[in-house]
Amino acid sequence: MTDLKPRYDLAVIGAGPAGLAAATLAATRGLSTVLLDEQAAPGGQIYRAITRSPVRNPNVLGTDYWHGADLVGPFRDSGADYLPGAAVWSVSRTLDIGLSRDGAARILPARHVILATGALERPFPVPGWTLPGVMGAGAAQILLKTSGLVASGNVVMAGSGPLLWLLAWQYLRAGARIDAILDTTPRENWRQAMPLLPAFARSGYVGKGLKLLLEVRRKVKVIGNVSALRAEGDGRVQSVVYRQGNGAEQRLPADTLLLHHGVIPNINLANATGCAQSWDEAQRCWVPDVDGWGATSVEGVAIAGDGAGIGGALAAEHRGRLTALDALHRLGAIDRATRDRDAAPHREALDRALRGRDFLDALYRPGKDFRVPADDTIVCRCEEVTAGQVRDAVKLGVSGPNQTKSFLRCGMGPCQGRLCGPTVVEVIADARGVSPAEVGYYRLRPPVKPITLAELASLPKAEDEVAAVMHH
Amino acid sequence: MFQRLPDAGGERVSFTIDGQPAEALSGDSVAAALIANGVGACRTTPVSGAPRGPYCMMGVCFDCLVTIDGTGNQQGCQIRVHPGMRVETQNGKREIER
Ligand SMILES: Cc1cc2nc3c(=O)[nH]c(=O)nc-3n(C[C@H](O)[C@@H](O)[C@H](O)COP(=O)(O)OP(=O)(O)OC[C@H]3O[C@@H](n4cnc5c(N)ncnc54)[C@H](O)[C@@H]3O)c2cc1C
Ligand code: FES
Repeated sequence: MTDLKPRYDLAVIGAGPAGLAAATLAATRGLSTVLLDEQAAPGGQIYRAITRSPVRNPNVLGTDYWHGADLVGPFRDSGADYLPGAAVWSVSRTLDIGLSRDGAARILPARHVILATGALERPFPVPGWTLPGVMGAGAAQILLKTSGLVASGNVVMAGSGPLLWLLAWQYLRAGARIDAILDTTPRENWRQAMPLLPAFARSGYVGKGLKLLLEVRRKVKVIGNVSALRAEGDGRVQSVVYRQGNGAEQRLPADTLLLHHGVIPNINLANATGCAQSWDEAQRCWVPDVDGWGATSVEGVAIAGDGAGIGGALAAEHRGRLTALDALHRLGAIDRATRDRDAAPHREALDRALRGRDFLDALYRPGKDFRVPADDTIVCRCEEVTAGQVRDAVKLGVSGPNQTKSFLRCGMGPCQGRLCGPTVVEVIADARGVSPAEVGYYRLRPPVKPITLAELASLPKAEDEVAAVMHH
Repeated sequence: MFQRLPDAGGERVSFTIDGQPAEALSGDSVAAALIANGVGACRTTPVSGAPRGPYCMMGVCFDCLVTIDGTGNQQGCQIRVHPGMRVETQNGKREIER
């Protein structure tokens, strides 16, 4: 890490499309820029392993995946510094960035920070989702992109949303077999989605999306209107049990069950940095508050990409460029008029990329029985807390997720609420009969990534600076 | 159960799982290397002792915790496998030392 500058104009955290585009633009236009990412190579989630995927046949991952190379090339030429393998665990009010890499921690000061930490899969709590062999569809896609691994034996996919269909399509291209797709999209979602269909029909997704969907439906058994889903097995998943509508229970053998209910912003770093956030009713998740330039409530900290609300990879790219232009302006490199003028094409492209998005949000919103699971379902994987225990806590007067921490240790485990937060909020809101907006979310503190005492001890900085990063 | 695509590129990496020799591809995370070798469960939970395996593959869930070269509670999905690495599945322990 010695070749880093002692201080940067701009630090960008996350090397997905948003972060790559932001860092490229900022560095090209003269800001000293560093791009930090915990992965070993650039690309973020969509373009994961783009520079080194072992998947040789380009048709398997598809052209949208290979577009990632168009971002990495210009980034390499931009003059920005790149630090892979760097997990950022804190951004202080003074814009000191705490990071760990190769077992050593350090603090890197910047004048402006762009968080481009992307999204994660929405938790999909069903009985048995903690069994080995049950994983996220996104997780399976990571295995495919980085390692050329596909599930074999009896493979069942369940859930809803574009990414589930994309993975199925990629699996078929890779020659993998899928026993069935259990589609959990609630029928009534169509009613809410229909009015939004015209805008979606004019978007770029329609043709591509339909083709992909039809191709998958032609080759895989798709079972619709699925509810009461659960995984069963002794020590690992062996079967998947479900109902179709109100029909009788059905059972499928499964060696692998891949779950997916869309993606939600990865808000932990923004939350711990103190960025204000709001409940997004349409996407049913917490989203940091940002203006049209990605600026947050914390001075000097902006958010680009899916971390500021799910818009997809192309939108992430354009939002990255907009936040970079605003960074240039705020740091005095360009005046306001230049920023606005140069932003115009990116804004237009962003509008185009977002067109039809609300149709997808409405159609693929997970049904209530999955967002607010039954009593016997584990919601907190770390502490093995069930939905029933959360409901009992509400009866005892718990009104929000921060109190469930002290009552149940729910949210106190190493995942820091990433896999229970959204469900705990929905369960409490439902039990209290109020909106999740009223229930609130976990108040998070740095470090947002595990950091060992040895790593902390390796910090070369003065103690008060460390204190500033850890307890702001 | 996972299978490698027949044309997957990359160099072979030899390492061990619970003392047994195993093979991975360069670029595999430890979690991917375990999965490629048919090891679906890598730890048991401290609360109920239930087995767990990698769930998110992106550093979020901590279900992939393993002992690597003698150090416990490492996130297998975030660390690349390297030649000679000693990977051990682990029981119970979970807290990341802070
Ligand atoms: C598993 C998964 C797979 C997906 N696959 C696809 C796909 O194939 N096609 C598609 O259209 N959409 C996909 N998406 C949706 C995704 O959100 C894309 O829209 C796109 O990747 C978002 O771009 P981004 O730049 O906002 O963030 P991302 O691409 O998610 O990039 C964020 C980056 O930030 C890094 N990061 C996060 N926190 C930290 C931290 N604290 N310290 C250091 N680095 C950090 C991450 O490692 C990651 O590289 C996927 C989402 C997930 C969760
Ligand atoms: S598999 Fe989720 S953190 Fe590694």
